[in-house]
Amino acid sequence: MSQAGLHLEHLTKRFGDHVAVRDLSLSVPPGSILALLGPSGSGKTTTLRLIAGFETLDSGSVTVDGEDVTALRPADRRFGMVFQHYALFPHLNVGENVRFGLARSLSAAERRQRVAESLALVDLRGFEERRVNELSGGQQQRVAVARAVAPRPRVLLFDEPLSNLDPALRERTRRELRAAINQIGVTTVFVTHEQEEAFALGDVVAVLRNGGLEQVATPTELYEKPISHFVATFVGRATTLKGVMISADRVRVATGIEWPVTSPVALEAGQQVSVTVRPEMFVSSDEVGLTGTVREVRYTGARAFFEVDTQLGNVEFEADVHAARVGDTVWLSARNARAFPRRGK
Amino acid sequence: MRRKPLGLALSLLLVWLVAYPISLVLLESVGGPGEWTLEHLVAFMSDSFEWSALWASVWISLASVALAGAIGIPVGFFFETFTFPGRRILGALIALPVVLPPLVGVIAFMFLYGESGFITRLVGAALGLDGSPWRFRGAGAILLVHAYSMYVYFYLFTRAGLAKVDASMIEAAQSLGCSQWQTVRRVVLPLLRPQILAAALLTFMTSLGSFSAPYIFGGVFRVMTIQIVNSKLNGNMNAAMVETVALASVAFIALWLFGRAGARRSVAATGKGVASAARNLEQPLARWVAAVLGWTFAVVLLLPHVTLIVVSFVPFGTWTTQLIPPEYSLGNYAQLIQEPERLRPLVNSLWMAAAATIGALSLALWAGRNIVQRKAVLKGVIDRLLNVPWAVPGTVLAIAIATTFSVYAPWVGRWILVGTVLILPLAYLIRNIPITAGSVIAGFRQLDPAFDEAAASLGAGRLKTLRRITIPLLKPALLAGGALAFVTAVGDFVTSIQLYTFNTRPVSIEIVAALRDFDLGMAAVYGVVLMLVSAGAMVLGTRR
Repeated sequence: MSQAGLHLEHLTKRFGDHVAVRDLSLSVPPGSILALLGPSGSGKTTTLRLIAGFETLDSGSVTVDGEDVTALRPADRRFGMVFQHYALFPHLNVGENVRFGLARSLSAAERRQRVAESLALVDLRGFEERRVNELSGGQQQRVAVARAVAPRPRVLLFDEPLSNLDPALRERTRRELRAAINQIGVTTVFVTHEQEEAFALGDVVAVLRNGGLEQVATPTELYEKPISHFVATFVGRATTLKGVMISADRVRVATGIEWPVTSPVALEAGQQVSVTVRPEMFVSSDEVGLTGTVREVRYTGARAFFEVDTQLGNVEFEADVHAARVGDTVWLSARNARAFPRRGK
Repeated sequence: MRRKPLGLALSLLLVWLVAYPISLVLLESVGGPGEWTLEHLVAFMSDSFEWSALWASVWISLASVALAGAIGIPVGFFFETFTFPGRRILGALIALPVVLPPLVGVIAFMFLYGESGFITRLVGAALGLDGSPWRFRGAGAILLVHAYSMYVYFYLFTRAGLAKVDASMIEAAQSLGCSQWQTVRRVVLPLLRPQILAAALLTFMTSLGSFSAPYIFGGVFRVMTIQIVNSKLNGNMNAAMVETVALASVAFIALWLFGRAGARRSVAATGKGVASAARNLEQPLARWVAAVLGWTFAVVLLLPHVTLIVVSFVPFGTWTTQLIPPEYSLGNYAQLIQEPERLRPLVNSLWMAAAATIGALSLALWAGRNIVQRKAVLKGVIDRLLNVPWAVPGTVLAIAIATTFSVYAPWVGRWILVGTVLILPLAYLIRNIPITAGSVIAGFRQLDPAFDEAAASLGAGRLKTLRRITIPLLKPALLAGGALAFVTAVGDFVTSIQLYTFNTRPVSIEIVAALRDFDLGMAAVYGVVLMLVSAGAMVLGTRR
């Protein structure tokens, strides 16, 4: 059966006794962007290298547009890749780097045209004769993108595409990168350990943990409806408290303190749970709810994060910068929380 | 999934080229299959003459290390620590002995300090003596030649090490109350330990395998390399085999001891790695004293080169009792160009060295790909095999190659190559393996593995990646390793003397033949040409 897009089925990869990728299955619709997000050692880079063919699968298959490419060498897969440190060939100039992957069947004029188009796509028109070591980090990154897209790959792979750029440049490059990928409409997979990057670039984000897939969803869904306590705390900020369900959609975190909750699984009254609350979900309440003393304020502009010592532990909430000062006593309630069953209970 | 034993073919090739010949010598020393005997070994052990030759090899090597270190280390410090007029050019000039092939260095010394050498005649005349004031023979002469040609290892390694010593280390020591001398002794020298040990090992192994200096200047003073060749020339192959094994054993023991010394306490400097800048000598007097010292040293070191050039213009039979040669002409050079038999050894040396270098570079590329890029299962084995020829003295290797390739037994990997045009290029290739492999593998290690993957992701096959990416990026390493290998092969004497045939005789053999005929001018011409070819190769090899 022919399926468009990229399909990973039951990928498994071991290095000795260590299982780097465990039975991972994923689908990327044609033209969309998948972000592989996870902490160090979660298997995201190995997954990317398995897709590219730089690592050999122990089991599983990689299919693109209906073609099983598992047994193909990287050179034969027609996947473009942008490396973390770009891997621009230092002995070739920009034009020669971009031309490197073009088919011999193209005429010289077609090649020139393709190089020019690819460089234009990344806003580097006329850079053909420049030496790569004369370029800034951002320009090198764009040349690497141009080089990867020039042969018109079926899939584009990025390994931590923005990690080598300074923060100021990162946001601009992220926007440009997103625009360029959208323009060529190629199915794209990229690896990152930064949630912000994954959310800004990815149509869909796959969260990996210990070599396995934890959740794959749109950024909004990941943030608002995390499927596990790990996803809830790894993606975005959250305070975790212990609680007991008092009904299917309410949780008690302390005597007299009850909040509305949602959960990825059906929960029964009396069940012990972990409760996660996003900082913006806390509201100040009038001498009711969870009480504590503000220990630290971190300004982020118009809003601020407040660290509060409470009888249940440390709690973080977000509010207007003038909402409280260090040493103030505050009362907090959660507008919404997410509950997960506690293991071993 | 498929799993090939990566590196198997390369390991087998290296075993055949390197380990197999040496093992055959070991077997032959105890008679070989069918006639096992310890008779030759016992004969060796009970012969005091053999023991004294072996001891001579060991002590002269140790003394060479001490003398070369005593010159090279302070000179390295001097050039790295102070700036004075002409420092850069002098610093390069005094590394020149490294491009002088050993035999050429030896004959240059002979023209300079030998019984009828320039300096000898000058000193004799100055003292009003009839005869020569000294006899430049025996252990002293060998030691002097060794120190001259090998101090460069200490000099270059010390400078390289000092360039890496973080300036803040020195400042830290001084802020803790160390005087300059204490800083050198307690901080700088311990940090230089790896470099000094490496230079000492290189000097020891080179001295142990040294052949040209003992051959020309040894006289009755016998070292093991000479002993082996004499036994072989006298047809006493069994003795030659045992002597070969004895010398190889000393080499391996030395390698092991140096390895232990290096592993026991190797320190790595941590820090930003900003080298301390050379100190400009402020006082005019100090600057000029330093400059005069430096230039004097350089002149002394360059005298052999200059002497060689001067003698190359002396027509045959014209320089007899005079203080300096009375006549000069281009006749010797004209002879070299016009007489095909004169030119032939030079052509032989050039093509054989080139072929061996290309072969050794190809092997090095193959090895680098297996060890570094593909992390072959057998990479440890490959790495060790690549270094064996370096640990084995040239005489030993030549005997091993001669033994292996003088028998026709294809089923055990033996063909008759001795006496053919192939034997010398093959021997040079085997000797060159560690040189090219060292350089090329280091080059591979500096290559970002992502380049290979980037090429593959762009659809490039293995050959295109090798041709367009790997080789161009490895160019400096290939040129450096290739140049050094070529220089070693083109000036080789120790292997050639045992394996050459009349038709494939290289320059070194022709130099000795010319000396034997008292055709000093022609010997010097060959020496000058070798020196220029070597210098040219080194310039090419260090171009970036």
